[in-house]
Amino acid sequence: MKYIPHTKEDIELMLADLGMDNFEDLWKEIPEAVRFRGSLELPEPMSEYELFGHLSSMAGRNLSAASTVSFMGAGAYDHFVPSVVDHILLRGEFYTAYTPYQPEVSQGTLQVIYEYQSMITELTGMDAANASMYDGATALAEAALMAVDVTRKKKVLVAETINPRHLDVVVAYLLGRAELEIVKVPAKDGKVDISGLQELLDDDTAAVMIQQPNFFGQLEDSREIGELLKDKKALYVVSADPISLGVLEAPGNYGADIVLGEGQPMGNPLSFGGPYLGFFAVKDKYVRRMPGRVVGATKDIEGKRGFVLTLQTREQHIRREKATSNICSNQALNALAAAVYLSAMGKEGLHDAAKQSLQKAHYLYKELVAIGYEPLYTNPFFKEFVIKTKRPAKEIVKTLAKEGILAGVNLDIFNPDWDHYLMIAVTEKRSRDEMDKFVARMGDL
Amino acid sequence: MTAKKREKMIFEYSRAGRQGYSLPKLDVPEEALSSLVPEAMIRQEKANLPEVTEVDVVRHFTVLSQLNHSVDTGFYPLGSCTMKYNPKVNEDIARLAGFAGIHPYQPEETVQGALQLLYEMEQYLAAIGGMDRVTFQPAAGAHGEFTGIMLIRAYHEAKGEKRTKFIVPDSAHGTNPATAAMCGYESVEVKSDGRGGVDIEDLKRVLDEDVAGLMLTNPNTLGLFDEQIHEIAELIHGVGGLLYYDGANANAILGISRPGDMGFDVVHFNLHKTFGTPHGGGGPGSGPVGVKKELVPYLPVPLVDFDGERYFFNYNLPESIGKVHSFYGNFSVVTKAYAYIRALGAEGLRQVSELAVLNANYVMEHLKEDYDLPYDRICMHEFVLSGRRQKKENGVRTLDMAKRLLDFGIHPPTVYFPLIVEEALMIEPTETESKETLDWFISVMKQIAKEAQENPDILKEAPHNTPVRRLDEASAARQPDLRWMPMRADQVE
Repeated sequence: MKYIPHTKEDIELMLADLGMDNFEDLWKEIPEAVRFRGSLELPEPMSEYELFGHLSSMAGRNLSAASTVSFMGAGAYDHFVPSVVDHILLRGEFYTAYTPYQPEVSQGTLQVIYEYQSMITELTGMDAANASMYDGATALAEAALMAVDVTRKKKVLVAETINPRHLDVVVAYLLGRAELEIVKVPAKDGKVDISGLQELLDDDTAAVMIQQPNFFGQLEDSREIGELLKDKKALYVVSADPISLGVLEAPGNYGADIVLGEGQPMGNPLSFGGPYLGFFAVKDKYVRRMPGRVVGATKDIEGKRGFVLTLQTREQHIRREKATSNICSNQALNALAAAVYLSAMGKEGLHDAAKQSLQKAHYLYKELVAIGYEPLYTNPFFKEFVIKTKRPAKEIVKTLAKEGILAGVNLDIFNPDWDHYLMIAVTEKRSRDEMDKFVARMGDL
Repeated sequence: MTAKKREKMIFEYSRAGRQGYSLPKLDVPEEALSSLVPEAMIRQEKANLPEVTEVDVVRHFTVLSQLNHSVDTGFYPLGSCTMKYNPKVNEDIARLAGFAGIHPYQPEETVQGALQLLYEMEQYLAAIGGMDRVTFQPAAGAHGEFTGIMLIRAYHEAKGEKRTKFIVPDSAHGTNPATAAMCGYESVEVKSDGRGGVDIEDLKRVLDEDVAGLMLTNPNTLGLFDEQIHEIAELIHGVGGLLYYDGANANAILGISRPGDMGFDVVHFNLHKTFGTPHGGGGPGSGPVGVKKELVPYLPVPLVDFDGERYFFNYNLPESIGKVHSFYGNFSVVTKAYAYIRALGAEGLRQVSELAVLNANYVMEHLKEDYDLPYDRICMHEFVLSGRRQKKENGVRTLDMAKRLLDFGIHPPTVYFPLIVEEALMIEPTETESKETLDWFISVMKQIAKEAQENPDILKEAPHNTPVRRLDEASAARQPDLRWMPMRADQVE
């Protein structure tokens, strides 16, 4: 299958127009030494029918959440996505457009992003949001760089209870900045040790970064941390689960300076880890220091409301090496999914999804504890928790996967010492019946 | 052509009590919220999201979509962005439950199809780029640049070398110098010569042992192939530096020339440009990075390997720079690009480049009398015109001509880039456009050149029939209005 409209006659006419005999004449300026004369080692082309069949069979060798009961989380969650989301995403006018460089013919994308930004600020209790970043981890890394830039301090305190993969990305993003230091804030019983944090906090601290709920699902004492940071120069950075904000306090109300997070749960499929989106919101005073694309409302020459990319003097195409970040694109289509999701779910729906996730997770937790599983931590949690297993958790996951249950995430993926820890996430999609069957099977293992 | 209509905010449809969702029943005993969550952490006021019905959502976003120009609705010769057609079957493929519904931490034996896809795709991209291994973690071109430069950094550091400078041509994308800075390097600019390539003498001037490498796009942002690439590579390698290939313009070279053969050590591809995956209104893209052998030890973890029977994640790279993405990158975008490559094969990909380059040269040939052509050479997949003649003689700016194109339902070329061309218009037709479309575009561009002489006001006042016209960007930046607020009267129509 080729997506090329040229007839043989077209090609002859066009080449003749250029005074050329054949395609070879187009490559005259490529030195022979760097001309590739072979044939690329690629499989033979396929017709559309063959292609779909081939890819369907590859997809068929993957176990999909759609045909299982999934309790997997650790940063990607199986929340309900209304059908309307994908129908909007499939509008060619959205997904085959590019960055809204010409606002007159991009008001659709621009207004969507403006609405998305508005919803993110509502959700987080912040003043402004950007148009989205690559994912939760890169948003966290960008927050660290922003905090360093804003405060001109060199130390970034990161809670030990943050997603280890997100921390890896922060470390990678700061590798080139030898003058900066990342210090892990110790945890006690699965959440940030406030006195430990107090000890580390000094005049050279650029940021304190926590995750709420944290990697293990536990709720941090985020209000106390906010109090602690009230009169400090250091920025308070909170990585939040957007669904949890249906029942949990908005970080803007407990002193956060930057709120970000993995936006996947807002209407985006699991897709083996991407594309997702990182949401990113700040208090007013930091708007001009925020990385990433931003859309603002303005007026046109006739006085009509319209939307444009704005505050571009922060960005790489204007500032080049002095930009706040090298980020160029956003995850616009994922932000559209989030905007449609938040519109469809609405004020009550988001609350309902959060409440159900919370209640169902607690039901499952109690049932598992009742049959003898010991929780790793016992602080309040939202929708995710860790239990200790007698057999290696990896074995349990593998065994139950064969029966159509994705039992959770075996934490040895993150740390070989955690091989008997199973992390379980529960969303509003799970029914009591599914959970009861899962508990029954867990009783046998 | 976009419809001449506008749409209110989704929030303005909201009425308390309206509902557009349905969830399963809460079928477990409900416990008091305060018994599960500490009082201090309970949300006091629900987030003020819209309360609308499903049909409100559908109509609102459908009407918004109609305000966009897109590849599906019209010609989009936006230089450097490769706005080619995005095959529909690839959307269906990415949405197969076996791809869209898999969790990134599932046991490897339950995702063998996905791992195979990544494994094979790595081989395809390595073949196309002349590289040894590829990581898919970077989510976009700029993210690929960041990853690639950090790999080069790790390579030097492993040798105990602290190099401080990265060379970037003056014609480069803004992401290049921004990336160099983000990676802790001083970005050193090197001039272009009279033919639009890297000025070798200027390059020699900035070369020393502090240079970690050079970032280059080839063909460059002028759409010109830098014929001196071998000499450039030798010079950089001569001081121990490495060459980074910005793959933004790879649509010109598929099966024609390979970055690896040109002397590049690290390459990023933009799957959303070269391999037909949709741009999504500004993302998600995918910016996989390929490297030569010497750099493999530093790649982000995990890589996907095959032991003869099964595919698996390989985390065993002790010198890795770590991770640049939560998971494995934009997998679903990779799926679409994989399908694209399998549909075309080697010969199909070569034809893509042949016809992309033919189309660009054809349009250039027919417009070079009407507009200034600063570098009159065979171009690759795109070319850059200058509107300086129209500016000088008719007082019409490139921006005015771009806005006038909107009246014809054509998305304007990239304007005012590259920075080294005055009043630049960067035109990239792509291979998926027919001769008829190109002829029509040429006739419109000729008409605009004529209007510039005879009726410049029609350009200065353009566009004439878009939903909004010439938005006030200065006041948008001066007084940022970045969110909808219910109480603000000025936001209501």
